[in-house]
Amino acid sequence: MSKLGNLGARLHRGEISYDFVGKRKIWYGVSILITITAIVGLAVRGLNMGIDFQGGAVFTTSKTSVSVAQAETYAKEASGHEAVVQKLGTGGLRIQIAGMDTAKSDATKAKLATDMKVDPESINSDLVGPSWGDEIANKAWEGLGIFMVLVVIYLAIAFEWRMALAALVALIHDITITTGIYALVGFEVTPGTVIGLLTILGYSLYDTVVVFDSLKEQTKDITKQTRFTYSDIANHSINGTLVRSINTTVVALLPVAGLLFIGGGFLGAGTLNDISLSLFVGLAAGAYSSIFIATPLVADLKEAEPQMKALKKRVLAKRAQAAAEEETAEARGDGAEGPEDAAPAVVGPRNQPASRNRGGRGRPSGKRR
Amino acid sequence: MAAPKRGRSASAQSKPGRSLALILIAIAALTGGMFASGNTTPRLGIDLAGGTSITLQAHNEPGQPNAINKTNMNTAVEIMNRRVNGLGVSEAEVQTQGTSNIIVNIPKGTNSAEARQQVGTTAKLYFRPVLAQQASAGATPSASPSASAGGSSSASPSASPSTSASASAKATGSSSASPSSSATSQGRAVTDALKAGSTPSSSASASSSASPSATSSADAGASAAASKLEAEYTALDCSKATQRATAGKTAKPSDTTVACGQVGSVWYKYVLGPARVDGTDVKKAQAVFDTQGAAGWQVQMTFTGGGAKKFADVTAELAKNTSPPTNEFGIVLDGEVVSSPTVSQSITGGQAEISGSFTQEEAQSLANVLSYGALPLSFKTQSVTTVTAALGGEQLHAGLLAGAIGLALVIIYLVAFYRGLSLVAIPSLLVSAILTYAIMSLLGPTIHFALNLPAVCGAIVAIGITADSFIVFFERIRDEIREGRTLRPAVERAWPRARRTILVSDFVSFLAAAVLFVVTVGKVQGFAFTLGLTTVLDVVVVFFFTKPLMTVLARRKFFANGHKWSGLDPKGLGAKAPLRRTRRPAGPAAGPVDPKEA
Repeated sequence: MSKLGNLGARLHRGEISYDFVGKRKIWYGVSILITITAIVGLAVRGLNMGIDFQGGAVFTTSKTSVSVAQAETYAKEASGHEAVVQKLGTGGLRIQIAGMDTAKSDATKAKLATDMKVDPESINSDLVGPSWGDEIANKAWEGLGIFMVLVVIYLAIAFEWRMALAALVALIHDITITTGIYALVGFEVTPGTVIGLLTILGYSLYDTVVVFDSLKEQTKDITKQTRFTYSDIANHSINGTLVRSINTTVVALLPVAGLLFIGGGFLGAGTLNDISLSLFVGLAAGAYSSIFIATPLVADLKEAEPQMKALKKRVLAKRAQAAAEEETAEARGDGAEGPEDAAPAVVGPRNQPASRNRGGRGRPSGKRR
Repeated sequence: MAAPKRGRSASAQSKPGRSLALILIAIAALTGGMFASGNTTPRLGIDLAGGTSITLQAHNEPGQPNAINKTNMNTAVEIMNRRVNGLGVSEAEVQTQGTSNIIVNIPKGTNSAEARQQVGTTAKLYFRPVLAQQASAGATPSASPSASAGGSSSASPSASPSTSASASAKATGSSSASPSSSATSQGRAVTDALKAGSTPSSSASASSSASPSATSSADAGASAAASKLEAEYTALDCSKATQRATAGKTAKPSDTTVACGQVGSVWYKYVLGPARVDGTDVKKAQAVFDTQGAAGWQVQMTFTGGGAKKFADVTAELAKNTSPPTNEFGIVLDGEVVSSPTVSQSITGGQAEISGSFTQEEAQSLANVLSYGALPLSFKTQSVTTVTAALGGEQLHAGLLAGAIGLALVIIYLVAFYRGLSLVAIPSLLVSAILTYAIMSLLGPTIHFALNLPAVCGAIVAIGITADSFIVFFERIRDEIREGRTLRPAVERAWPRARRTILVSDFVSFLAAAVLFVVTVGKVQGFAFTLGLTTVLDVVVVFFFTKPLMTVLARRKFFANGHKWSGLDPKGLGAKAPLRRTRRPAGPAAGPVDPKEA
């Protein structure tokens, strides 16, 4: 703890901080790059929709000694698609494979029969429709639309419209990246994937709201001071909640990482891969976008506000004045006294809240204005 | 959701013991209920536990030879899906197979006979005018339901376009027996009356016009059919299940037919006219409890545009008849009259209520039938077989093992980072897990909740959200300690701020869950349910467990004095420690602060 605890303490005091808002252009760039890659991936490779969405073929065998796992391998070899294999009460197997038409299904049937060493006549094949029909999909879109509208209204009331907009951008960012990676990796999209995406949607917003809540609290009385611009405070707010963000992300990602890397990688739980991948990418993107995208975006939008522009002017003017004064003070003293030397080093990171107390005590700011 | 919790939290703050006792009682009650009812595991979805697979074969309806086509099959799939999966949490799957089959997969533990009945037998819904009605067991009709215009349809019948065609329409009174209330309905009344074998003029006097006895005076063409119907009606004894099974089951929508129906515990037999409105005309139906009047449970219906017009026409016609049963229409499901409300006025506006002596279940099942509509085809069960889990057993075990490893890592991380505070964090996660597990187990038999793989993964993400709530809280406490406060005031000051963050962010999650649950169907709805449940549990756990436990532990010396291992050591946290200012330089100076800053 001590190291991270110290980090927390120093972040709290502002002794160390990362300039998230100041370096936002870099991160916007990174995000735009990833998003474009994702969109290109989606456009070029498309999503590999599973049997639940596009239907496919179902093969029913008569009583057989071939195991489910073996049949899965055979079916994958025969068709090139992931197959769902279930053992039936009759002792036979039901093998479902996505993306099949009649011709393809006949070929697959013949291959399956040779692989499983059974008579092709004993395998019954049929085309099946999607179990995740248009209605489920349409209603899901409808629900998403209504939710987006409501959540923007809610955030606009609870916070303000700029934060609502930024949260929405972050959300779309996360979803695009996750779907894009899906297209690039080429995993089959199952209902589990969709549920995973919806989980991401909830989590991404949740995480953004936690960060915004701290931002709102810290910027409550912003116009009553002239020491910090909105961006400064936004940056301090992110740094202040950084430990929380790291901890939450680690705790949320560890179990999913367990599923993805240990379960999928070493133990061969192949079908878990699809859902855990979407969760892993989405959770990581959600945590990233709250800090690197959403908050700087709010700062950008806020700085465009006349009130905040005026504030920034005052702050900059004050800083320039202070710097000028310091220079003259230094020029006057010209290194004559030892303690004066230390002063610049302490005052140096002026935009950091750590210097707040010292600065406040040293120069009664009220008079200068 | 948030508001009442906020109110209760005041007491949680002052009396931590009480909240802790409350949540322990809740845990004991839920787990007790779980063991007492014998549902010690959640029902698992078909992907995890397998289940039953039913293959249904479509058959053409009498009189509709080309009904088996893609559109109708897809409609049937949609309707069946909603029937077996009403709340979206039962994880049943419905899909077409080949050109004329539908497969319904139902998770293990569902009553497959019941499900088969739900998907297969419930088929056709019609609204037919009642021509005659008689109790089969000889009992007198007691409480026959009545239909009345729903709230928004208070417009008087004369305002409807159909009635304006006739100058003589005076249909303002609720039971006005004007024979010419509308041009269209008059015309239809004539043909109806002809079909039923009665003279047009008799519809005005409406007392016994449509009774089967009137059929004897019919013209020659219809008389054979009519007398056959009469014989059928006389012979029919609806108190016998064998007769009920066949009565009116093969009737075409355009036929006049006999049928059975139950009011309370008494079976009635009916003669019904041709279908006037069918199931597809009903847009939505829901069971509501009449809070203003004394009508008890009733069913509210909303018709589609075309349905509203048809319904207005048929009710206008029926309202001309003043005495039962000819002012009733029968709601006929699969040839059985489920309800036969009386009509006292033309119901326009596309909304209507069916009231009667319904119990809640009756009202809900009627609403179910009405809103999910009629299957465009009839189905026969072709085969029923068990299927194993779609996700192989080995994969499931690998997944569970991986999940367990992930959880162990979470615990190690929490202990490493929060040390003593993990005494709060880990039990909080544990309580949350126990509550989720117990509630999911109990919901299996009550609302057919089934846990599938996506839901399990959702629950894993919920670990993150639950953990976040106390991480936010802990970080707030630490911030307060860094400001130089001692632990107890730090906890009390940190709580209101952490609480707000938790409520605001959980509200967003809950909003997502609520909207998706209301709007969507199928698996998305099941997901929304899980998300909503875990979000509510998160709030409950943090309010009634994490916070009170923290308050109690803050009184212990180990935490209050900031022991090195408590996770709240002011020195380790780099607190300002105003009272120990002399010792302060030892803290930060020891750390690698200066080099980095310089």
